[in-house]
Amino acid sequence: MTGKIRQYFSKYHALKAWLFLSPCLVVILISGAWPLLRTFYLSFTNTAIDYSSAGAFVGCDNFSNLFEDPDWWEAVKNTLFFAVVSVSLEAVFGFCVAFVLHRNTHFKTVLRAVVLIPWAIPTVVSAKIWGWMFHDVYGIINRILEFVGIISKPISWIASSELTMVAIIIVDVWKTTPFMALLLLAGLQSISNECFEAAKVDGVSTWRLIWCIVLPMLKPTFVVALIFRTLDALRVFDLVYILGSGDLSCATMSVYARRYLLDFGEVGRGSSAAAMLFFIVALVSVLYFTISQRNLRKVNK
Amino acid sequence: MISKWRIQRFVRHSFLAFFCVLLALWCLFPFYWATVSSFKVGSEIFNTNFLPDSFNFCNYLSVLQTSGFGKSLANSAVIAIATVAIASLLALLAAYPMARMEFRGKKRLLFLILSATMFPQVAVLFGMFELLRFFDLYNSREGLVLSYMILTLPFTVWTLTNFMRQVPKEIEEAAIMDGASKLTILFRIFFPIMRPSMVTTGLMAFITSWNEFLFALTFSLTGRARTVPVAISMLSGAGQHEIPWGNIMAASVIVTIPLILIVIFFQRKIISGLTTGAIKG
Repeated sequence: MTGKIRQYFSKYHALKAWLFLSPCLVVILISGAWPLLRTFYLSFTNTAIDYSSAGAFVGCDNFSNLFEDPDWWEAVKNTLFFAVVSVSLEAVFGFCVAFVLHRNTHFKTVLRAVVLIPWAIPTVVSAKIWGWMFHDVYGIINRILEFVGIISKPISWIASSELTMVAIIIVDVWKTTPFMALLLLAGLQSISNECFEAAKVDGVSTWRLIWCIVLPMLKPTFVVALIFRTLDALRVFDLVYILGSGDLSCATMSVYARRYLLDFGEVGRGSSAAAMLFFIVALVSVLYFTISQRNLRKVNK
Repeated sequence: MISKWRIQRFVRHSFLAFFCVLLALWCLFPFYWATVSSFKVGSEIFNTNFLPDSFNFCNYLSVLQTSGFGKSLANSAVIAIATVAIASLLALLAAYPMARMEFRGKKRLLFLILSATMFPQVAVLFGMFELLRFFDLYNSREGLVLSYMILTLPFTVWTLTNFMRQVPKEIEEAAIMDGASKLTILFRIFFPIMRPSMVTTGLMAFITSWNEFLFALTFSLTGRARTVPVAISMLSGAGQHEIPWGNIMAASVIVTIPLILIVIFFQRKIISGLTTGAIKG
């Protein structure tokens, strides 16, 4: 019996495996690998979108032009600021939400559906809805702030790039805190209940429970969630494009790259920006893999 | 003693309840506000009443009559469903060897597929643009489906591989004893077992392609392939400063309703889809 099975498994030809894989791999190569390689190649040429220039090889000109462009550095600064601030806010709020949901069993099912709604709403739609709420004259947010007495006259949220960035961060926190919360909730649920019960019996205060038991045990999940969100935040496009009306003053790297690629038609320059973004994201991913690997090793010890 | 403990419990419970109410308000208010605004007509939209004077469907009618919005809705649905179908089939085929067969380079391949889920979209934007124009797929629904493969396929393969690994070996061994071929095993045995997981990945793929904006904006030119997010971003009034907020809010509500239904009915599946990738990674 087992002999027959072993014989069958030994007949597993690698060829068959690749046969099953091939349709998927072909599609990934066409839709992912080839366009990515093109981007790298084009970033060393002076191609224009209408192919009016020959697309000659220009070495690293695009990159040196890019690094001399204050708009690019502004985009880098905006992206990093956005990523750091929004991801840290989401981590804090996400943890609070996860912790409460974990303890509160009465409304768990309802609340889980409720927190999923901001995540499921298309980003373009959330940007439009919040854009309307942030409207300087008729927006509900200014009215509420005035009513509560925090501001004396309406704020024009989209007039300055700083305030626009604040608005963008608020919307992003609203939209992606659920993702963070649900990941952390799954992590919390994998901690055995005995830990919580033991702490309860010993009369440990909630703060100590969080600092000394929950956070250390949640660390692997936290690291993964933070990296996922950071990678997402680094490539942010929709929110910034809609709320910032495509302006370069509060653009992120993705918006900057798309502006040059399609609106200005300077494909070489845009590709070099896209390639830079790719390398930054790759760098963060590598960081993530080394950290998670180290975590695994610790667990194995 | 007991009364003190009761007071403490009461305080804690009311604090928790307060937090939950606040959370629900924070999550739901924007959508509620969009719904309210979508029912307000004329200058009513500029007041901040929390309920509209009457449920007036003017904005909805005017959006649906806006040339192309209905077509965009159909485009979004067709593209999302095609993306789900193709990605599910290809990923099921690919997940089988990944989870159940031994071959050289498997680990490296799985790693590459996982990395592809973290891709910045803009890095493939122009290459894809060229490719679609070359194949004459620019401004077509097929072109958008092709471009959505890179957004959905790696994630689907990764998740299905993880799910398939959990299926006990015995089930497969019985079929091997009966001399079933690989394809038979995959479609007769794994497919029924994997169906719940495939619903999860399918929902994630559906939401991804329904919500996608950057590719849809770049690879569509006219109403022929335009999806709803792009249509909404382009809704504008007669003049530059006359933004038709009522219409935009009505359109937003229309696009969001399918997603809210999905969230309500498939809550558990979506949460498992969100967390498997991260927890097992």
